[in-house]
Amino acid sequence: MTSLQRLLTALQHREPDRAPYMMLVTMHGAKALGMPIREYFSKAEHVVEGQLLLRRKFRHDAIYAFFYAALEIEPWGGEVVFTDDGPPNSGRPFLESPGEIRGLKPPRVSDSESLNKVLRAITLLKQSVGEDAPIFGVVMSPFSLPVMQMGFENYLNLMYEDRSSFHHLMEANQEFCASWANAQLEAGAAGIVYFDPVSSPQMIPRSLYPELAHPIAKRMIAEIKGPVATHFASGSCLPILEDVITTGTIGVGVSAEEDLGSLKSVSRGKITLIGNLNGLEMRRWTPQEAEIKVKNAIAKAARGGGFILADNHGEIPYQVPDETLSAIADAVDKWGHYPLEWVAVEK
Amino acid sequence: MRVPATQFLDALLSVDRVRARQVLSDLESHITPLEQIDGIIVPSLDRLGLMWEKGTAALSQVYMAGRICEELVEEMLPPMSPDRKSRPRMAVSVLHDHHGLGKRIVYSLVRAGGYEILDYGRRTVDELIEMIERDHIEILLVSVLMLPSALKIRELKQRLARNLSSQTLIVVGGAPFRLDPDLAAEVGADAVGRDASDIMEIARKLAD
Repeated sequence: MTSLQRLLTALQHREPDRAPYMMLVTMHGAKALGMPIREYFSKAEHVVEGQLLLRRKFRHDAIYAFFYAALEIEPWGGEVVFTDDGPPNSGRPFLESPGEIRGLKPPRVSDSESLNKVLRAITLLKQSVGEDAPIFGVVMSPFSLPVMQMGFENYLNLMYEDRSSFHHLMEANQEFCASWANAQLEAGAAGIVYFDPVSSPQMIPRSLYPELAHPIAKRMIAEIKGPVATHFASGSCLPILEDVITTGTIGVGVSAEEDLGSLKSVSRGKITLIGNLNGLEMRRWTPQEAEIKVKNAIAKAARGGGFILADNHGEIPYQVPDETLSAIADAVDKWGHYPLEWVAVEK
Repeated sequence: MRVPATQFLDALLSVDRVRARQVLSDLESHITPLEQIDGIIVPSLDRLGLMWEKGTAALSQVYMAGRICEELVEEMLPPMSPDRKSRPRMAVSVLHDHHGLGKRIVYSLVRAGGYEILDYGRRTVDELIEMIERDHIEILLVSVLMLPSALKIRELKQRLARNLSSQTLIVVGGAPFRLDPDLAAEVGADAVGRDASDIMEIARKLAD
């Protein structure tokens, strides 16, 4: 099977030749090219070369066209702060008071140099990989983007104390989110990862999800003209998983803090689980530990399809050694081939 | 006290300032402000912290509850009140990154417990070293969201350790420490503050 066939089969809740896995590596491309992170992300060509090199090295089933989360606030006028050993971070929030929300206009994708850089990378990646492996683009959900636009503290104040401004902000963000996602699909992305960590019950009470976040996710997923997988970026989701399924998403990125077996009991036949290797702990794993973690995840969630092995955050830390990523790839090859008879034997 | 404490916690979970204030107002003729703080507010925040750890309360509720309690305690114990606890000398900071929610939560919870705490804002390691020495800080609470920021705590701790007169304890908190329980030891932190009760416990031990 090609990577694309493998992923599509798993997404249809059937068993492919082996469990698919997505190595959600971004900054490792800079390491592979021997470049500082800032320089690496300055050109689409660097990211294309890096992603192709990483796929040859780690043999994962999808290309990840994600640069860094803070890239999305650049077209809004936000500041990005680069570091030598981690993802570029959002700087001082550009919305300093709720009063500024009323006049806020969503930026046009075509006007943004940084967004066009990502689109160019997707186009070039598509030319290179063709139909062998899908390319995934990324959007921040309209509900989670305000953390970078105005700071988490001010955003929570807005959510609880100024619903009128909250809804104005959501309108602007939804318009931007749909156009940004669809531009990536038009450039050649096969699907979109919808990052929505603020929706996690760890961030807002479970009771607020149906009222505030779910309607936005449902509308966005309907307006995005391609398949969408929702990612909680290390946040938990089990208490809201039934609701998440009704947004129309096809997959869900799940946390290392939640048990894959419990998640599978809800997701089976309904939504594909993506996860949940602990990226932070991965920094210290020996090859043997990596193998055990991969084996456990496959045992808990891979039978019957509907499972894609990945990290739990959607961005593997820069500090994770290449040897560990290779060990993960080897372990998938060793333990991931269906029909996974060893799972039943070990149980 | 159990019924008012439960009512107060319910009000906090609902982010209902008016009801929270009313629960305390109803007790005014029976117990002192300090007894309200120690008997109602602090235990409620401790309980909420445990609920957050167990996954039955959300970060937004912890944050809003901290703000409500901080406001209530500010009214009961104005900044210069002799009943405010000024020992141990504490400060809270964000290291490098711009994610300040954790810092704000810690600041509110500590003040709601009747303690004084300095807010250092967002700082670099160099700036923190200077401020800790200047203010004779005994506990520095550091909140981080990003892994690179968490890893910089090692440098902070090592540089403080080189100064033999420095007795400052570094208490860390934030998502990386929750997701990787060994990270705090890796960077040399003295303790991890998972919730309000952890921080209060450390402060109480040092104050005794």
